[in-house]
Amino acid sequence: MRIIYILWLRQLKRYARSKARIVGSLCHPLLFLVALGFGMGDIYERAGEGDYIIFLSPGIIAMTTVFSSIFTGVDVIWDRKFGFLKETLVAPVSRLKIMLGRTLGGATTAMIQALIVLGITIPLGFEFNWLMLPFGLLFMLLIAILFTALGTTIGSVIKDLQAFHLIMNFVVMPMFFLSGALFPVNGSSDIFRYILHFNPLAYGVDGVRGSLTGDFYFNMPLNLTVLVILTSIILFIGSCIFSRIEA
Amino acid sequence: MIIRITNLSKKFNDFTAVDDISFSVEKGSIFAFLGPNGAGKTTTIKILTTLLRPSSGKISLDGCDPVKNAKRARRSFGIVFQDPSLDDELTAFENMELHGVLYGIPKKILGENIRELLEFVELWGRHKEQVKNFSGGMKRRLEIARGLLHHPRILFLDEPTLGLDPQTRYHIWSYIKNMNQKEQTTVFFTTHNLDEAERMAEKIAIIDEGKIITQGSPQQLKEATKMGSLEEAFIKLTGHHIREQSPSHSDKMRRQHQLLKH
Repeated sequence: MRIIYILWLRQLKRYARSKARIVGSLCHPLLFLVALGFGMGDIYERAGEGDYIIFLSPGIIAMTTVFSSIFTGVDVIWDRKFGFLKETLVAPVSRLKIMLGRTLGGATTAMIQALIVLGITIPLGFEFNWLMLPFGLLFMLLIAILFTALGTTIGSVIKDLQAFHLIMNFVVMPMFFLSGALFPVNGSSDIFRYILHFNPLAYGVDGVRGSLTGDFYFNMPLNLTVLVILTSIILFIGSCIFSRIEA
Repeated sequence: MIIRITNLSKKFNDFTAVDDISFSVEKGSIFAFLGPNGAGKTTTIKILTTLLRPSSGKISLDGCDPVKNAKRARRSFGIVFQDPSLDDELTAFENMELHGVLYGIPKKILGENIRELLEFVELWGRHKEQVKNFSGGMKRRLEIARGLLHHPRILFLDEPTLGLDPQTRYHIWSYIKNMNQKEQTTVFFTTHNLDEAERMAEKIAIIDEGKIITQGSPQQLKEATKMGSLEEAFIKLTGHHIREQSPSHSDKMRRQHQLLKH
């Protein structure tokens, strides 16, 4: 536990000391909230769908969690390049513990980012059921662990940031845009709804939105089951890959 | 023998970095592993410290095979890498503390041990400062202090005194020599400073283009080459031409990072 704790703490200290990273990673969500929330709000309301900020906010919170998580996970690439990874890889500890410490640290920082965005959405008009907040937080945590573990796994395989940007553009971005984070799934095309079932993030977005606003597309048990199973699989695969990493 | 290497090779695609090398290191000795740039020194150390898997050959490290039982092998050694391996965002104390926890040093004595070593490398006054504010020499001193923290049975030092002034070099080698004598710590080091190797090492192996070209005591190498100093013997054995070492992936990334920062 001491090993997992010290590696978790390291991620938190790095996050807290990087003011530019904190501010920088809030720009994207804020841009989406303001541009889409206020730009599309009237159209959405005229279409009879209700308040767009209430619909959009959980999607943006999930987006913040995903992107913060995956970027923190990919820190492993920087640690490899700047040498720190070697320090952990030659230590006489199980690499599963190293992976867990890194993943939990990354997930915690992603949760902090997501909570900051949640705090920002409230004055912008996001109303949610406070009693269901713990469930919303649970889904945010699951998304954070899943995507930090995914980021760490990707970072263990690829060795340069160019390849990482390719994965971001061709895997993570489509996953986000096809998750139902930005527009309602009901009423969209059959193809989109079909794809949605194979998108792990869709279950996370639906979990956060459903918990906070009561507006589920799937349902809570299904969302929880899919995320828990997927997170366990990625953690298992990730730790296997991480344990074979060479520096 | 605490380290025994038999017919070790490492290939990266078509390139053979280490080519069928064999040597052994006696317990409690100071062993210098010398060679020109790109000769295969760091690759060998990476294999010995479980960071790379060999393509073929056998290794015994403190009685165990690091390929088959990496975790047990890792308990026996400490390493100071050639490249920086500190977390620049953490303070000097935090880097040491993290290392101590990874190596299972009890909490009760960890703080005191860190203080002792940071005082030794004259960094205690700045132990709360983030490493990114340190000069290259200070970082090197911190890396050495960190490598000594858990008192390993085998200490790998990959160009440990690179970039350090003579006073600091002397200070650090005195400490290592003392540890070697008091605790029977085996020291395996690489260096381009051949005076240092001649002064410190009991046995030397010279590697060039992935092959061990000779091994023996500094005196034996000088006698065999009929040269007055180890440096002259080294040049006679490895030739005069300057070796080119292509920048590593890490070097390229660091350069890219610097460009992005500016």
